[in-house]
Amino acid sequence: MISSVSPPVILANSLDLTFQTNDGPVHALKDVSLEIGKGEFVSFIGPSGCGKTTFLRCMADLEHPTGGSITVNGVSAGEARRARAYGYVFQAAGLYPWRTIGGNIRLPLEIMGYDRAEMDARVARVLELVELAGFEKKFPWQLSGGMQQRASIARALAFDADILLMDEPFGALDEIVRDHLNEQLLQLWARTEKTIAFVTHSIPEAVYLSTKIVVMSPRPGRITDVIDSPLPKERPLEIRDTPAFLEVAHRVREGLRAGHIDD
Amino acid sequence: MRSVVPVLTVVLGIFVLWYAAAVWLNAPWAWDKATRSGEVLTTQTLVADTWSQEKPKLPAPHQVGAEIWKTTVEKKITSKRSLIYHSWVTLSATLLGFALGTGLGIALAVGIVYNRTMDKSIMPWVIASQTIPILAIAPMIIVVLNAVGISGLLPKAMISMYLSFFPVVVGMVKGLRSPDAMQLDQMRTWNASPQQTFWRLRLPSSMPYLFTSLKIAMAASLVGAIVGELPTGAVAGLGARLLAGSYYGQTIQIWSALLMAAALAAVLVGLIGLIQRITLRRMGML
Repeated sequence: MISSVSPPVILANSLDLTFQTNDGPVHALKDVSLEIGKGEFVSFIGPSGCGKTTFLRCMADLEHPTGGSITVNGVSAGEARRARAYGYVFQAAGLYPWRTIGGNIRLPLEIMGYDRAEMDARVARVLELVELAGFEKKFPWQLSGGMQQRASIARALAFDADILLMDEPFGALDEIVRDHLNEQLLQLWARTEKTIAFVTHSIPEAVYLSTKIVVMSPRPGRITDVIDSPLPKERPLEIRDTPAFLEVAHRVREGLRAGHIDD
Repeated sequence: MRSVVPVLTVVLGIFVLWYAAAVWLNAPWAWDKATRSGEVLTTQTLVADTWSQEKPKLPAPHQVGAEIWKTTVEKKITSKRSLIYHSWVTLSATLLGFALGTGLGIALAVGIVYNRTMDKSIMPWVIASQTIPILAIAPMIIVVLNAVGISGLLPKAMISMYLSFFPVVVGMVKGLRSPDAMQLDQMRTWNASPQQTFWRLRLPSSMPYLFTSLKIAMAASLVGAIVGELPTGAVAGLGARLLAGSYYGQTIQIWSALLMAAALAAVLVGLIGLIQRITLRRMGML
């Protein structure tokens, strides 16, 4: 057990998940144990089929493990979901075309029953946070892909969840936009002090963003390495050229390769 | 504007074919008449005759046009001979049937999407209902409803409803199921209730499907209303005009009622198309 000041936000204990398919059972997760502390930024990296998204979905109570246990904020994943403990950002922005950007961000707030003045205040605040102030009345099709994804992050931040689960949120965007959004995401994390679990298949992205990198490998989906990043919290984009950064990236790459040996 | 020329070309083509067919189909009667009276027909008089008979096999377009003019513009709307009066009778049954059919269709679709038992049990019945010929079941509906004291507009609307709920059920089931897994997961992450998911996600997502269904349903409603007017003894409505026309060999009257029905359908479907365009554009789904 890693000693920490506050209890872990997410605690997975030998988690197992087997999907029954027509081609027989598929071990999506096998004996996955992990502890995520408050305020950490944890990346999950691995080839497709390694269960990184499945693991994230288990935290969100969108998948149900067939073995082991998982707690979120000290309660079961289901209870945490019902308590709206987390915001989830999907790979696609998933904004409703019939709602404005403001209307889209208001959507979860309406569902959770916030009053009108509170909704307006929150929409304005999160739009400011993702640097989309002034776009409240625009429709999604009037925004670029990167701006749409920022709006979807704003939507996940609008209600009081101190956990942010992100499933390859920038996977569909080009490299330049991605760099920019990574930088913004770090600033946002520093300002909001949320706990972030972030799925990616980009090594530089994982190393640049994270305080902890979880390397996973497929068949069965499992954790092969957990790397605590030695990088400082303050990270300009140039940090990616420093030896410390390259060393971490190297270790991630080694971990990924080791997971592939048995292929 | 670019479509004007092709459309006019097609219309012109139809008119040419129509006039030619009128000559061809009505010529035997003209020759018959001429033989009996000992006249000799030149090509010119033959054509003139085939285009102006009183009970032609195929009336010429201008004859139908004149009949429509006479029975719409020159007749008072309250007159039993006014085509507008008859159109209104049919239209009111069509609109009521359409409204009932749309309501029933949406209700069934919601049931099918949200209730497993209904999902498994309703659809075969819905499909079976459409395999029964409407001409066979329409008189039954009229007779049964008459026996319980319901007559007039409602029985006809019921037949319209019977035809129009089907495309709405099929379209709305598909539409309400159109949100993808990610959008439904998203609702789950917010712990949204089934009602919230319905009103905020499923219903708006289904709009493109709904409008397509409504167009088909509207045309089917009109057919239903006209069929519903046939067994009532041809009292009023476009169906009645068709039936009366066929009793007395009034082909011009039949054709004018037919064209009126077609125009009515075009206007109604066009109206839905217009609402569809405005709504979907405002929803950013076009």
